[in-house]
Amino acid sequence: MSMVLLTRKAEFSAAHFYYNEAWSQQENERVFGKCANRNGHGHNYTLEVTVAGEVDPVSGFVVDLKALKEILNREVVEVYDHRHLNLEVPEFRSAIPTTENIAIAVWNRLNGKIPGARLHRVRVYEMPDLFADYCGEA
Amino acid sequence: MKAYLSRRYRLSAAHRLHSPAYSDAKNREVYGKCNNPHGHGHNYIVEVTFSGPVDAATGMVVNLADVDGFMRREIVDRFDHQNLNQQAIFEHLVPTTENLCREIHRIISAGFKHAKLERVRIEETSNNFFEISE
Repeated sequence: MSMVLLTRKAEFSAAHFYYNEAWSQQENERVFGKCANRNGHGHNYTLEVTVAGEVDPVSGFVVDLKALKEILNREVVEVYDHRHLNLEVPEFRSAIPTTENIAIAVWNRLNGKIPGARLHRVRVYEMPDLFADYCGEA
Repeated sequence: MKAYLSRRYRLSAAHRLHSPAYSDAKNREVYGKCNNPHGHGHNYIVEVTFSGPVDAATGMVVNLADVDGFMRREIVDRFDHQNLNQQAIFEHLVPTTENLCREIHRIISAGFKHAKLERVRIEETSNNFFEISE
């Protein structure tokens, strides 16, 4: 048997801003620049979820793609899409919704929920030229 | 909580692949069209990946403003719209994309102190790319 990696993409569009309540306005603007504007701004995010598993000898699949798509939609896209991440998504009440923290949050939402395969990597593109990867705790 | 942050930059530059260790005939044989005496050019994409714990206060592996500032100053401004063969670092080094990747990795490793450099990946065209990881 061979271990195969399979990647599925999904997209969502959301608003966010970066602000640490423990800091002054001036310090927030120094560290976060334009992202500290509390009126928020937005992105079209692309999510890449990579799972690892053995190829099933009967189906030829690592994972049922339709099932994976449904899990991504239910656990992530329906929660994040066309939402304000800071104001409407629970995990970002206590964590700044940076690309890094979104990758970790998506991992935590998906880990253990994909039948027959192991979550290998979550990659979140904020823009085509900027992305964050999280692969769980080493 | 170790995470990775990657950023892509574009730079357009000319180069010519020619080794003084080879005869002209051998250079043509080894490098083919890339040995054209007048040079040619590419739109390079330089992708850099940094890693580290996500800072609890900022939510970041590394501040993008620090990455952009360094990369613009040390890499893009240095190489964009230049002829690589005329750069000091390529005086005795063939400016293949492998060597460009190694030099860019060296410049970032030596100068950027805000996060650990994991990888430099350069796309010379959409069909060929080169990577150096620590």
